[in-house]
Amino acid sequence: MGYQLDFGALSGYLGLFLHGLGVTLVLTGISAVLGIVLSIGGAATARSGPVWARTLVLAYVELIRNTPFIVQMFFIFFGLPSLGLRLTALEAAALAMTINLTAYAIEIVRAGIEAVPPGQREAGAALGIRPATVFIWVVLPQALANVYPALVSQIVMTMLESAVVSQIAVTDLTHVADLIQSRTYRAFETYFVITLVYLALAVGLRRLFALAGRRLFAGRRN
Amino acid sequence: MISLSLSAILPYLLMGARWTLLLSAIAFLGGGTGAFLLLLLRYGQPRFGAKAVHLYVEVLQGTPLLLQLFLVFFGLPLLGVEVSPLLAAGVALTLYASAFLAEIWRGCVDAIPHGQWDASGALGLKFLLQMRYVILPQALRIAVPPTVGFLTQLVKATALASIVGFEELTKAGQIVTNATFQPFVIYGLVAAIYFTMCYPLTFCARILERKLSQSR
Repeated sequence: MGYQLDFGALSGYLGLFLHGLGVTLVLTGISAVLGIVLSIGGAATARSGPVWARTLVLAYVELIRNTPFIVQMFFIFFGLPSLGLRLTALEAAALAMTINLTAYAIEIVRAGIEAVPPGQREAGAALGIRPATVFIWVVLPQALANVYPALVSQIVMTMLESAVVSQIAVTDLTHVADLIQSRTYRAFETYFVITLVYLALAVGLRRLFALAGRRLFAGRRN
Repeated sequence: MISLSLSAILPYLLMGARWTLLLSAIAFLGGGTGAFLLLLLRYGQPRFGAKAVHLYVEVLQGTPLLLQLFLVFFGLPLLGVEVSPLLAAGVALTLYASAFLAEIWRGCVDAIPHGQWDASGALGLKFLLQMRYVILPQALRIAVPPTVGFLTQLVKATALASIVGFEELTKAGQIVTNATFQPFVIYGLVAAIYFTMCYPLTFCARILERKLSQSR
């Protein structure tokens, strides 16, 4: 007697599925926007902030990059309440994902800034533009254009890694899969379908960002 | 609630860390072997090998490791294989590592100038001999820093094995937390132990990379 695969059992969970899909996308969106904004500040600080701030940013980056995401998330969700900071699962997940993405993005943006020729900054200074203005309007756009593909793949990786937030009962796509399989006893089929959904999301996001990048950085790259 | 001193908790966590290291080693050896075979498949004849490898890498890098782990954990029993958490985690992480290493090493092989292939081909070397004596020795040099860097990623990835019940470092942390209700301290310690395992690797990768870029 072989095992018969039965995908039919999964129909009827469309509403639940869409909810999970929404949560995964919202979490990814929040952490992507906050993460990129924060990482620009972090990268600028790591390059030209005061020594103590520079050390702080570098320590943060190393700490996050050398520990697993799931442990960071557990620390935030289970550990922080003992300091009086009580977060809902969704807030904890968004915070953990943002903190994680920011650390990786700081490294990426920093490399992008370093790749901008110093002549750009000097030209700005020669025109009498304030350093902060030069950074925002001259250096930063070029830096982001330099590392756009790396940022995109980091965002996609964060989206994939967000499957782990199901472990603190955030009702994301993976948690929905957990629910469906516990009701249908069709674990393999459920996870198989949801895995394909993640694959489609990853491919779709990459395509979308590539398209957006072509518009955003039209005529600027190379 | 049990009150445990640090001197009781730390050894328990370190016992878990041993399993983290073992699982990382299994995944690295298995994944390395797999990636090597994928590399041969990618550059060898027939040409559809390259497409198949590309698809394999795309799928494994485009899906969450957690779900890969679930698919192995729930899928192998359907094939009649009894799975322990160690087996499931070992298989899933091996597949995961093989895809990433295959992609990293492909970059290294692609970095070898095409003239090397042409020249060794002109000397009558067949594919495997070309690989063995011409391409891989050169590719190996540039492959070391990113491979060491990937090891960090792999050690961190083993944390997901805790979800299918494998008692490595993260699981040990969960167990102790459930007994003592001191999540702040325990997960702090767990993070510190991961950091102690990963940072030296990150550091080595950085030094090796610097050396390599200076030597050119």
